[in-house]
Amino acid sequence: MSAILAVCEQRDGTLRKVSHEVVTGAHRLGGTVEAVLCAAGAVKGADQLGKFGADKVVTLTNTAFAKYNPEGCAQAIADRAKAGGYAAVVFAASATGKDLAPRVAAKLGVGLAADCTDIAADGGTIVATRPVYAGKALLKVKVATKPAVLSLRPNVFTPVERPKAGTAETVAVNVAAGRVIVREIKAAEAGALDVAEAQIVVSGGRGLKEPANFKVLEELARAFGGQAAVGASRAVVDAGWRAHADQVGQTGKTVSPTLYVAVGISGAIQHLAGMRTSKVIVAINKDKDAPIFKVADYGVVGDLFEVVPRLTEEIKKLHG
Amino acid sequence: MKIAVCIKRVPDSETRVKIASNGKSLDEAGVKFVLNPYDEFAVEEGLRRGEVTVVSLGPAAAQETIRTALAMGADRGVLLQTDTVPADGYEAAQALAAELKPGGWDLILFGKMAIDDYNQQVGPMVAELLGLPCVTAVAHLEIDGSKGVAEREIEGGIEVVEFPLPAVITADKGLNEPRYPALKGIMAAKKKPLEVKPVQLGAGAFEVVALTPPPERKEGKIVGEGPGAVPELVRLLREEAKVL
Repeated sequence: MSAILAVCEQRDGTLRKVSHEVVTGAHRLGGTVEAVLCAAGAVKGADQLGKFGADKVVTLTNTAFAKYNPEGCAQAIADRAKAGGYAAVVFAASATGKDLAPRVAAKLGVGLAADCTDIAADGGTIVATRPVYAGKALLKVKVATKPAVLSLRPNVFTPVERPKAGTAETVAVNVAAGRVIVREIKAAEAGALDVAEAQIVVSGGRGLKEPANFKVLEELARAFGGQAAVGASRAVVDAGWRAHADQVGQTGKTVSPTLYVAVGISGAIQHLAGMRTSKVIVAINKDKDAPIFKVADYGVVGDLFEVVPRLTEEIKKLHG
Repeated sequence: MKIAVCIKRVPDSETRVKIASNGKSLDEAGVKFVLNPYDEFAVEEGLRRGEVTVVSLGPAAAQETIRTALAMGADRGVLLQTDTVPADGYEAAQALAAELKPGGWDLILFGKMAIDDYNQQVGPMVAELLGLPCVTAVAHLEIDGSKGVAEREIEGGIEVVEFPLPAVITADKGLNEPRYPALKGIMAAKKKPLEVKPVQLGAGAFEVVALTPPPERKEGKIVGEGPGAVPELVRLLREEAKVL
């Protein structure tokens, strides 16, 4: 298998952790892994990519790349991909990757196997497995394009350390910034983790009864010591209790945390679509027949206003 | 404004997925099909901004999906009729781009993804093929003359993006509140123009190996009832699941 191009991400000059997953995933295809970044200058943390198996780290620099630059980055990555004769170009199915990967694929004249949960090289052919129909089925496809363009669902490809010497190079690229310009990023409240990226997600549904009661979930999330985010079901987002950014499910975000705690969520099929690939699922619900218990690894039947504070207390003991 | 909205006929999100006997596709018997939910946001946005032509790529039955958009208020529809839409999204993008190319559109709208194949690519690919600027997964949109400002959710924040028109936009939830077709709209839709054009799609470069149910999550257990079950839950999370 020839080389694999692993498209990594930075924000504000710092490597985004999802890049470790991209390099780890690229490694599954065999061959050498070349990690590539678009940035305005040196990227803090790019030197770590060698640790996760990148044989080479290439930073493509352009003053337009300080913020994500859709057209310029697509051109730079596509040029690199065309010149390198790679077997595959691998992206993260992050907010940026979902925007960038189809642009690059179209410039290369090929399709994109999006949001894969497994990838493998079978002889000379790349085989991708991806959830379809809201996660109710998995589609396995042989991708016969050269290169194969793939994006990986975040939090699925657990980073594996396999240290390489990892040469680094910086290449100034001369591409136009294009017509689509990111003017600013309005940051979410300081320190708030995104549900799509958190290792632990504590989600609430209608069982919370009213918006102010989400504080019991916020306290539980805090007890996990900065690793947890608070998510929400569609019902409570539609009711205006929580922001759409926090919604987990078919019309919200797809999450695959290590631990997903569903609190007062009945488990409609559209919600399950967004969280069924979580590694461990805990459900807390007063209705013992709630469908959420069918996908949960561990369930507690009871009043969430009694169970959750007790859980917060126990987690605090562990972290205390 | 002259607006094209690309829509797709998809199985309803409540569909129980049954795999066809070939092991590679959905058994469509008894499946209810609807207008892709994200495309509803695109249709609504188009209706608020101008004269709307809806374009769909799909089987003859997608005429019903187009009628739904016409009942919402779209002016006319075009069905690019094909028996099968291949797994390779680039094939769909090429067929749609060929149809849209001579249109002189100010705005081409898509849903950010279809809830059947989860491909999430056809909109930006059409933009590339037509050489148009594109913003994906837009949750807020302002247009002033030939300039637009869009907001899209990213991890931990919102990206504010400027772009010139004409452009391709893919719609996320939150962009607007799609209307329901009123009875009057449903009656009117029957008389609106709907052009059917047969298209030949390439097979694409994705060969479907299998469509399978997701791995069963192993049988879970009810740890207990009430707060008294919490210490045992925490023990299991630590010692059995090893996630704490």
